[in-house]
Amino acid sequence: MANFTPLSAAVGGALIGLSSVLLMLLTGRIAGISGIFGGLLNPRSGEIGWRIAFIAGLILAPLLAGLIGHGMQPPQMPASWAVIVGAGLLVGFGTRLAGGCTSGHGICGISRLSARSIVATVIFMAVAVATVALTHHVFGG
Amino acid sequence: MPIIASLLCGLIFGAGLLISGMVQPTKVLGFLDIFGAWDPSLAVVMIAALAVSAPGFMLAKGRSRPLLAVRSFWPTRDDIDRPLVIGSAMFGAGWGLVGFCPGPALESLATLSPGVIVFVAAMAAGMVLRDLWQKSRPAAPRDEALGQRPS
Repeated sequence: MANFTPLSAAVGGALIGLSSVLLMLLTGRIAGISGIFGGLLNPRSGEIGWRIAFIAGLILAPLLAGLIGHGMQPPQMPASWAVIVGAGLLVGFGTRLAGGCTSGHGICGISRLSARSIVATVIFMAVAVATVALTHHVFGG
Repeated sequence: MPIIASLLCGLIFGAGLLISGMVQPTKVLGFLDIFGAWDPSLAVVMIAALAVSAPGFMLAKGRSRPLLAVRSFWPTRDDIDRPLVIGSAMFGAGWGLVGFCPGPALESLATLSPGVIVFVAAMAAGMVLRDLWQKSRPAAPRDEALGQRPS
């Protein structure tokens, strides 16, 4: 557990929770990123501005952090483009089919003790753990 | 005003992913890799987020309407059906392959890294494919996305 960072994880997690609460209290919307983004791909009137604003805030955060010397490193991605494209397709299709991702089901849904969201979270966590076990320890190395 | 509130919430959410390190796929994969050098940080992120959002949502539920909008869009479904199970499994597989879920992937567009741009484009394509596939089926009224129905 050499990489465990409990303090920054707790502070960051609390901010994610705060963002979800504020979005609901102020605008009446669920802070589910796949839903916010997916709604832009199939746009309805009155459903565009707030979605773009939320995603703009998400992208602006690391740029603003960069101004005070805490910019983000480019992420480490798999070498294979096929894996990147395949994973992106699975994440997009899957979150839309299940009606939520880590934020919508994992945080907002579990907060409301939604059985649907608890089941979704257990499944995507378990499958992700199994996928990493297979790719890193069985076929990878 | 709701637009500014959304922007602010996006900023706070982004700051949370950034500070917690969850914007980095390697950090997320460190949590998912329970047979390797396991990093429990993501569990702490979830617990801290829920510690704030669970009481916060109870407070929001008690109000008749949001402060800056006419009505709230609370999810109304609580059934467990095939699309939920299959979709979550697909998402889990994609998440485990790269370590990106939708929030960190979109936030990482800030780096203009080609891998991120390709991932987000594929994710958008996956979402569009699901919507097209949904429309092509005759009658399936029961899998509208979370948060789409007014309460």
